[in-house]
Amino acid sequence: MEGFGVNLAFWTLAVLTLGSAGGVMAARSLFHAVLFLIVAFLGVAGFFVLLSAEFLAMAQVIIYVGAIAVLLLFAVLLTPRADRNNAETAMAAPAVLLAIALAAVVIFVIQDTDWATVTASPELTGAELGDALLSTWILPFQVASVLLTAALVGAIMLIRSSDEEAEDER
Amino acid sequence: MLELEHFLTVGALLFAIGLLIALSKRNAIAVLMGVELMLNSVNITLLAFSRFAESGRPISGQAFVAFVITVAAAEAAVALALAAAVYRNRDTINVDQIRLLRS
Repeated sequence: MEGFGVNLAFWTLAVLTLGSAGGVMAARSLFHAVLFLIVAFLGVAGFFVLLSAEFLAMAQVIIYVGAIAVLLLFAVLLTPRADRNNAETAMAAPAVLLAIALAAVVIFVIQDTDWATVTASPELTGAELGDALLSTWILPFQVASVLLTAALVGAIMLIRSSDEEAEDER
Repeated sequence: MLELEHFLTVGALLFAIGLLIALSKRNAIAVLMGVELMLNSVNITLLAFSRFAESGRPISGQAFVAFVITVAAAEAAVALALAAAVYRNRDTINVDQIRLLRS
């Protein structure tokens, strides 16, 4: 991948995504953390476009920004008496050490490995993705649909209050 | 000149930040945010391999990412329902105050 524009986009997205992910960690209010998380999701969608996955970038914006972030905001609003100061537990210091160690090991392996890469961009279109999902990956696709249905029914069951359950039994 | 390593490094750093958030935050919703960041970083890594690695079927990487997004959506719905259910019974969702298994 070459070109000044691509490089500029990559470094801008890298700073934006990692900066707002750090903002999720540093924000002192849970609301601000969710807002930082939305920016991080949008940055990841930008990376998807850079990696020629336009369809998945759209799915990322719709599902993560449109659904999961709103779900997180709802969860914050539905727990009004819980702490909203985004504080750390006593395990914060070991967690910092573990995260730094993990990042160091993984980045060392990334730099050390001699990756067999191609220079030419492969032809990856949304139509081809749809074709692959509905032919090669049709069984995982169906299993994912069943999983999603089961998870949503389970979520509804979990969130019902006991009054509503008693009402249903009458 | 952008290479595979650049994208993998961003994915690794994002994963480390997500791990840090998931392990250190007190509120269960914040822990879930860390998990979502980790899933996103894995998606970046998968797409980077799909774009740069030598492969007969590069589109498989994108199909895998589509499944990861689906499972992440299911996971978020169930985890937030669990948080709401715990909150209803115990009035807190601080992970260090929920210790029902410890007598």
